[in-house]
Amino acid sequence: MQPAPAPGPAPPGPSGFDPGRAWALHPRVSVRPEPFGALLYHFDTRRLSFLKDRLLLDVVRALGERPSARAACEHAGVPAGLLPRYERALAALAAGGMLVPRDGEP
Amino acid sequence: MAQPSEAPASGTRLVDHFQRGLDAPICLTWELTYACNLSCVHCLSSSGRRDPRELDTAEARSVIDELRRMQVFYVNIGGGEPTVRPDFFELVSYATGSGVGVKFSTNGVRITPAAARRLAADGYVDVQVSLDGATPEVNDAVRGPGSYATAMRALGALAGAGLAEPKLSVVVTRHNAGQLDDFKRIADEHGARLRLTRLRPAGRGADVWDELHPTADQQRALYDWLLEHGEEVLTGDSFFHLSAYGRALPGLNLCGAGRVVCLIDPVGDVYACPFAIHDRFRAGSVRGPGGFAAVWRGSGLFAELRRPQDGGACSSCGAYDSCRGGCMAAKFFTGLPLDGPDPECVKGHGAAALAEVVPGSAPAPSCDHSHRTRPRRAGPVPVAIGRRPPEATAAPPAAPCDESPLAGFSPAAPEA
Ligand code: SF4
Ligand code: SF4
Repeated sequence: MQPAPAPGPAPPGPSGFDPGRAWALHPRVSVRPEPFGALLYHFDTRRLSFLKDRLLLDVVRALGERPSARAACEHAGVPAGLLPRYERALAALAAGGMLVPRDGEP
Repeated sequence: MAQPSEAPASGTRLVDHFQRGLDAPICLTWELTYACNLSCVHCLSSSGRRDPRELDTAEARSVIDELRRMQVFYVNIGGGEPTVRPDFFELVSYATGSGVGVKFSTNGVRITPAAARRLAADGYVDVQVSLDGATPEVNDAVRGPGSYATAMRALGALAGAGLAEPKLSVVVTRHNAGQLDDFKRIADEHGARLRLTRLRPAGRGADVWDELHPTADQQRALYDWLLEHGEEVLTGDSFFHLSAYGRALPGLNLCGAGRVVCLIDPVGDVYACPFAIHDRFRAGSVRGPGGFAAVWRGSGLFAELRRPQDGGACSSCGAYDSCRGGCMAAKFFTGLPLDGPDPECVKGHGAAALAEVVPGSAPAPSCDHSHRTRPRRAGPVPVAIGRRPPEATAAPPAAPCDESPLAGFSPAAPEA
C-alpha cells in the first residue's frame, strides 16, 4: 500500500462522498475490532467489510460525534498528508452503505 | 495502535490476517440437533437420531450470550433438521434479539405459511432450503421420497410470506451438475437466491463421495458456469480449489477452518470446520471452563491451524496462491495427506494421489447418528493422526459449512 501523494483536501469522490459533511455509521452496521483493524457487518445488506487499520477504526468511531468526516479524521489524529487516503476509505464505506450522512436525518 | 500513521506493511493481505486467526469467528456453524426427519445419503453430519447429550435450551441460550459478547455477527444454524427442536423458534428469536443474526438450513419440513411469516418478520433471519436435484427424480434419490415437494412447499411459503431472498441451497453432485440452469430458474421463480456448495466426503457423504462427486468434466463446466454467473450465485466460497483453472472465483480463497470458521455440534463440541467432524479436529467443548471463547482463543489445535501452513506437495504448483491445496476435510476423509493436493485437484494430482490410498484406510467420522434403518458401511478404524486418541464415546459428525464466511466479501474494498 502506497501513501497517497496528493496533499490537501480531496474533492468529493465519484460516489458523491463529501468529507465536509457529517456522517455516521449506518445504524444496522456492527463493528468488531480485530488485531488488524476491524470487521464491519451490515445487517441489512448482509455484507461484510473491514477496516484495514486501527486508525481508520478510530476515525469511524469518531464520525458520529464530529461535525464532518474531515473533523473526525483530525480528531482521530490522521496526519494531514494521509487525509486523502482516509477520506477515500470513508468514501468506499459510504458507497457500500456502511456510512450514512447525518444531516439527512429527520 | 502505537503507530497510528503506519498502514499495514504492503503485501500484508487480508487473507494473511485471516490465516492467523481472528478474535472471534466470522462464520460459525452451529448444529442444533442430530435429529432429522430425512436420511439424505450424503448427510455431512450423519444425522438422524437425536443425541441425548444435546445442549438444552438454557445451555443453548448461554452459547448465544457468549456469541453476543464476542460479537459474532451471525451464526449458521443447521443439524440434523434444526426446526424439529421444540425450542427452535425460541432460540432463533433469542439470538436475533441479542443482535446475533441467524442463517439456517432446513429441508423445509416445518416451514408452514405461519412459520414463514414469523421468520419474515425478523430482519435478522436468513433461510436456506436444501434441494439436491432440480427434478423430483434426481432430488429424491438422494434426499428421500417426497423431499422435493417439501422443499418446494417451503420455498412457496417463504415467498408468500415475503421473506427477503431465501436461498435455494444445492450440493453439486454428479447427478445434478447438469441442472444448474434449472436450479437457477427454480430459484428465480421463487424470488430466491441460488447457492451452490461442494460435496465433501464428510459424514455419510464419505460413503457416497466416490459415486457422487462431480467428474473432472463436470467440475470444469461448473467453474465456467460460476464465472459466467458471478455474484448472482452464492457458493459459500466452497469451490476455491477450482480457482486453479485460471481465474479466482469471488471470495477469499482460504480454508477458514479454525481461523475464521468453526463448528459447534449438538452436544457442544467445537470442531475446526463443519466438515471436519473427527477427533483430529476437535478443539474442545462449550461445556468446558471458559466456554466457547476459551476454545476459540486457547485451543492448541486452532493455534496449529493458524500458523503458516506448508504447501507440501502443492507448493511448487503455479496455482497454489489461489487454490492453496484445496479443502483440508476433503483430503482428510479421503485418506490424503493434509499438505498435499485436494482429491478434486483440477490438475489431476488428487486423482493420482487417491489411487495410492490403501482402500479402507481413510479415517471415518467419529460418530454416527444415522437412523438405524439403513445399513452403515463396515467402517474402517480411524487412523491415529491427531494428538488426541480417538475417543469412542465422544464427538459426532457435521453438516454444511454453509454460508461463506466471506460471501459477498470484497477484499478490494475500503483500504486506508
Ligand atoms: S476444511 Fe474444507 S470445508 Fe472446512 S473450511 Fe477448510 S476448505 Fe472449507
Ligand atoms: S496441485 Fe495443489 S495447489 Fe495445485 S491445483 Fe492441485 S490442489 Fe491446487
